[in-house]
Amino acid sequence: MTFAYEIPLLILLLVTAAGAIMVKDLMSAILLLGCYSFFLSLVWAWLGAVDVAFVEAVVGAGLATVLFLLTLFGTQPKDGRLRRPPPPMAAVIALPLLGVLLLYAAKDLPAFGDPTSPASVHIAPTYLKQSYQDTHTPNVVTSVLMDYRSLDTMVETVVIFTAGIACALILRRQST
Amino acid sequence: MIRPHDSIIVQSLGRFLVPVIQIFGLYVLFFGQYGPGGGFVGGVILGTSLLLTILIFGHSASRSQLAKKVLHGDGVGMLIYVGVGGLCLIGGGEFLNYANLDVPGLEVAARRSLGIVLTQIGVAVDVAVTAISIIFSLSAQEIIEDSINE
Repeated sequence: MTFAYEIPLLILLLVTAAGAIMVKDLMSAILLLGCYSFFLSLVWAWLGAVDVAFVEAVVGAGLATVLFLLTLFGTQPKDGRLRRPPPPMAAVIALPLLGVLLLYAAKDLPAFGDPTSPASVHIAPTYLKQSYQDTHTPNVVTSVLMDYRSLDTMVETVVIFTAGIACALILRRQST
Repeated sequence: MIRPHDSIIVQSLGRFLVPVIQIFGLYVLFFGQYGPGGGFVGGVILGTSLLLTILIFGHSASRSQLAKKVLHGDGVGMLIYVGVGGLCLIGGGEFLNYANLDVPGLEVAARRSLGIVLTQIGVAVDVAVTAISIIFSLSAQEIIEDSINE
């Protein structure tokens, strides 16, 4: 494992995420969020999840940025508050504790790519072995999504359809 | 109201880039069985290319008519997807079990491959239409009213 480009990648991820929260101009915040999505897609690609990286790059960095920009054009482009209200005391105490707890729990997770982890001994080997004979589809991700788990994908499609319909119902009012 | 973009550079680049993006979207859609990609990403790319025509050439240009037509296609993608499931039912099996697609001359694995292609087209149509529809809802009242009143 080389550490030539992974550490800078993660640092950039943190910097863009923090910048998107901190910056006052909302347009800059949206563009920083797009950069964040792009770096996140590089991280996915580095972890070997190429399909997820593709979706993140196209949807997160492309389409979501456009949606945010269009929303911004309909609202106020600046954060008008002179000074941000300080975060509540409970959040200041609870969130670092939660972070410590998560780091503590992360120690028990199986190592990355561990072949004996619970996720990769249950049914994944069957998919990996049988996918090509069953469906003539070399990309196992596609065959799992569209064939073995087709009903789930159908309901996902229903969710997207519902989102479009709901946006149309709320936003396309006749302006009388 | 989205007017045509003034700059000649943007216009010429758009004339060149939009077909390239559309072909890339189709490639991603149908290459999803062999590499990264698939219906979702392909649909987003196709929808974005149609949006690009509107943003560059304005909504009354002849190039933008396809995108405005597509706006009426809400639910077509769902219909394709569920229709494939219904064809499996007609073929005598479970819902969305593509092995029961009644296509003569194809073995079971090839039928399932065909089912994957068809459902991916359904997902792509659904996602593309939804992307265009949401962005139209957010951006331009007049386009909606024009295309409804036509």
